[in-house]
Amino acid sequence: MTALLSVRGLKRHYPVRRPGGLFGRPATLKAVDGLDFDIPAGRTLGLVGESGCGKSTTARLVLGLVPPSAGEVRFDGGLVTAKHDAAWRRQRRRMQMVYQDPLGALDRRMPVAEQIGEPIAIHEPGLPAAERAERVAELMAQVGLGASMAQRYPHELSGGQRQRVVIARALALDPALLVCDEPVSALDVSIQAQVLNLLDDLRARTGFAALFISHDLKVVRQMSDRVAVMYLGRIVEEGAPEEVFHAPLHPYTQALVSAIPVPGRRRERIVLEGDPPNPVDVPAGCPFHPRCPVATARCTREVPRLERDAGRAVACHLVTAPAAHAAE
Amino acid sequence: MTEHFEQLKPLVSLRGLTVDFDTGRRYVRALHGVDLDIHRGETLGVVGESGCGKSITWLAATGLLDARARMRGSVKLAGEEILNAPAKRLAKLRGGRIALIFQDPSSALNPVHRIGRQLGEALWLHRGLRGKDARREATRLLERVGISNPAQRLRDYPHELSGGMNQRVMIAMALAGEPELLVADEPTTALDATIQAQILDLLADLRRETGMAMVLISHDLGVVSDICDRVAVMYCGRVIETAPAERLFAAPAHPYSIGLMRALPELDGPRRRLDAIPGTVPPPDALPRGCTFAPRCAFADDACSGALPGLRPVQGGDHRAACLRVEAVRRGALPPEGRVACQTGVHA
Repeated sequence: MTALLSVRGLKRHYPVRRPGGLFGRPATLKAVDGLDFDIPAGRTLGLVGESGCGKSTTARLVLGLVPPSAGEVRFDGGLVTAKHDAAWRRQRRRMQMVYQDPLGALDRRMPVAEQIGEPIAIHEPGLPAAERAERVAELMAQVGLGASMAQRYPHELSGGQRQRVVIARALALDPALLVCDEPVSALDVSIQAQVLNLLDDLRARTGFAALFISHDLKVVRQMSDRVAVMYLGRIVEEGAPEEVFHAPLHPYTQALVSAIPVPGRRRERIVLEGDPPNPVDVPAGCPFHPRCPVATARCTREVPRLERDAGRAVACHLVTAPAAHAAE
Repeated sequence: MTEHFEQLKPLVSLRGLTVDFDTGRRYVRALHGVDLDIHRGETLGVVGESGCGKSITWLAATGLLDARARMRGSVKLAGEEILNAPAKRLAKLRGGRIALIFQDPSSALNPVHRIGRQLGEALWLHRGLRGKDARREATRLLERVGISNPAQRLRDYPHELSGGMNQRVMIAMALAGEPELLVADEPTTALDATIQAQILDLLADLRRETGMAMVLISHDLGVVSDICDRVAVMYCGRVIETAPAERLFAAPAHPYSIGLMRALPELDGPRRRLDAIPGTVPPPDALPRGCTFAPRCAFADDACSGALPGLRPVQGGDHRAACLRVEAVRRGALPPEGRVACQTGVHA
């Protein structure tokens, strides 16, 4: 079976200068450093990780908003390029994005109904206005926005309602893939649950596939069929959410899971030393080794590969070759 | 620390604290009479969604709201009234006996001064330390909050440090005045999960070590549950439930508290559909009559929109909730037209 979205060896490096202004030495910021993943039609891949791990860059690469430095993204068999030509526009109709900050993603000077209808107006210019208005009304009903909202402006809506507008707009062209970058991070708990339930219902109804990006493990588990944990531009662990979050194999995932405070329970935390390294200075060997509580000499030299086995993947020498380690 | 006398007398005591904001045409009430006590050495968690008044309570108490705000009621620090105290008196208290840290450390620090100078200022103002003594104390404080190479870091600017490091610097500055009360407003919200864990551990350690009281304001029930002794849940400018932390998370009594917990996705156990709280928080200038949560509440009946419930004891002990239907909620009995099936499992 071919996947709807297929990512191979994807890299995005940015040339930067080290501190020192104009005289700083040039360096490379490896935002995304070799990603492989697939999303089959109708499935959701959750991407978790801390800030600077490359989650959002991945979203932008997948949609062809920035060109990759290496590797490729294929959507429904076709190569996604960052050349914004007719082919890209045809692809983009079927892959849409939901952003974290709905106010920033909406036009403040346009009534929301007009914004929801805009993708239809652009991609189906021949459609009569009356039919378009009908489609917009239908979309608004689907995302739980009353008809009375249609002529309101974004600043007149609450955060949750704005995010519903963004979702309705993203679904206007019945996309096959929805890229959601922290779609509920800016919302309060009770509203967050409303929006997550809404996305769940819409997915069940329209069957879109999704790349769901969040720093919140609980939210990602709620929404995903598979999850991938990123650290410094690479996937360090991947699998079914139940497996990855209940029996994490990679020491980073273990620390991340244990760091999540759970209401009503105090559990033993694995507290990692230090901050995540700057993606300009990715350490040699395993990028996690300076903070890893169980790192060995080999981890400082050799980059672990993401080894796949029975639907689970992990990039750690201690997991994939424990025997070789013991011998060392 | 656990002497009888101190147990009886709260360190900070808020009574009937109200805040009105002058909108130009009229006053809009943001805080509707908050009563809270904090004892020495205690950590009080304050939770609620944005706009519920959890931050405003403490900004009002410490005199940090601007001139458009009108405060009434009483805020006593160890018996002394400090609400609407002269600006000079409040400036002396803040950073001294009461320290505050905020969500975004990078904007709370001055970007054009070195860390050492900013710490030194706090030490001079509140402890009268200067020169070598101040430098020695600043180094000690940075070391205490877990910053390696403290002597070198004193020469750094805030932009040279990470978000987690800057929050440590903020905590060090808060400690500089040897406060009796630390008010931490969303101290880990801007930080990554692994850094949040470090900061929560640090705060818990410092509290144990210094015996200071702490108010932890957060929207994250997990964070509050992690290090607090007692929790107050706020909604629309009122405290609607308060209880010892363990008790609150094991047996929440107010439908809003229950709703907040049921709305959170979980990391363990079977995946279930989230129980979202319907509707949205009403704006402060258009609050519904009676219980402000009633329009969103599955348990509400006619009486709820008629009368405003006060905080009343729930099953004895230190647990109080402002809900007319506490008994019905506890039994899980919905009124006939109840919309959301709230499971009673949370009361187990």
